[in-house]
Amino acid sequence: MALIVKIKKHINNFDLDVDFELDNEFIVIFGYSGAGKSITLNMLAGLLSPDKGIITFNGKNYYNSYKKINLPVQQRNIGYVFQGLALFPHMTVKENIEYGLKKNSISVNDLLDNFNLHYLSNTYPMQLSGGEKQRTAFARALASEPGLLLLDEPFSNLDQHYKDQMHSLLQKTRKTYNIPVIMITHDIFEACKLADRILVFSNGRIIQQGSPSSIYYKPTCEEIAELVGNRDYRCHNPLAQKLISN
Amino acid sequence: MTELSEILVPLKLSLIASFSASLLALVFGGYIALILCKKFRGKELIDILITLPMVLPPTVVGYYLIVLLGRNGIVGKYLYQLTGFTFMFNLYGSILAAFIIALPIMVKSARTAFESVDAEFINASYTLGHSKPATFFKITLPLAKKGIITGFVLSFARCLGEFGASLMVAGNIEGKTTTTPLAIYNFVGNGEWDKANILVIIYTVFAGSLLYFMGRIK
Repeated sequence: MALIVKIKKHINNFDLDVDFELDNEFIVIFGYSGAGKSITLNMLAGLLSPDKGIITFNGKNYYNSYKKINLPVQQRNIGYVFQGLALFPHMTVKENIEYGLKKNSISVNDLLDNFNLHYLSNTYPMQLSGGEKQRTAFARALASEPGLLLLDEPFSNLDQHYKDQMHSLLQKTRKTYNIPVIMITHDIFEACKLADRILVFSNGRIIQQGSPSSIYYKPTCEEIAELVGNRDYRCHNPLAQKLISN
Repeated sequence: MTELSEILVPLKLSLIASFSASLLALVFGGYIALILCKKFRGKELIDILITLPMVLPPTVVGYYLIVLLGRNGIVGKYLYQLTGFTFMFNLYGSILAAFIIALPIMVKSARTAFESVDAEFINASYTLGHSKPATFFKITLPLAKKGIITGFVLSFARCLGEFGASLMVAGNIEGKTTTTPLAIYNFVGNGEWDKANILVIIYTVFAGSLLYFMGRIK
């Protein structure tokens, strides 16, 4: 497995306890607000420390409370696209991407080409449309040639037309760079369209994980059925089916 | 003193004292602001101590400075015994008084500016592999620039107008510690209204220019 995560964290009155593994696949973390999705992503990136547990990526310890290892965020080789995108407003598109480049790595021109940003290279983020901002944020996150890409609701502020464009771009990007992706979303259709596997979070726990079809058609509890908008939940719940057949 | 130097010398002293004091306020105030952005025990007490000169009468601030740094002051007497240096009745005293008065303005402006930088920008910089110092100089400082420059200009303007604390510590020695506000006070006291008018007009135009400059900071 590329990524192994077994972490616990207590914040105020909230307890997070998650355990999952990830191969070279596209995982979507799905759940209500306050379920612990962003906290999990921040702990993977090294922006927040778990209280206990392990995070290993390609055999390397990123965090291990038993061995007292906590690799700084700068050394984790993880690309992160934030919910607000966090494009530096005082830098142009080109400067934003260059800021993420490592020595002897991919060239800024390649990234500008791959994300169709050449014509915007001297433009500041304030002057960009929603889709252009997204493309810049993706290009910047990939500039450091990360081994894992984390996306925290990156498309939540886009209308459907731009969302569709960005979905295609993201699928293309994943093929080009061939890296695992973990994305948070509230949109079940987006999750089903993009994910190889969905993790459903609730109150700091993973309450179900599986393929998009299994999550949508076979939710294991009412909360998930409600979350994915499946009104025929009772018919697809194994327990409910058993009760009906009896 | 010629009539011209009676006008120019106080202006020169005011500019030297104000620029030095506001520069010190920029360096120390910026650093204190950064510390106050963090969470630690005793933070509120430090904040109150730094802010006090803003609300106390300048003469009270001057009094504290004499008690602390005067030639027979708690710290000042050792400073004088060891180095022969004193802040009393010289331009260094004017600079010190102006610095203490301007410090809270600089700290408040810089702290607001630093705190207004979205944490996502800083986190984004870290995830792109940049260290804390590199992130500070390349991201935080440029994004807080406007607030910091505003704080510096406001501190400078406040130093130019410093009267009470400066009078207590540095005195009112013509050609040595008589800055422009003190010179205006002297001229009015002596009935030399023409000279007072000139200084008042120069100060008003200068202060107006500073406000104009502040409004154009991007």
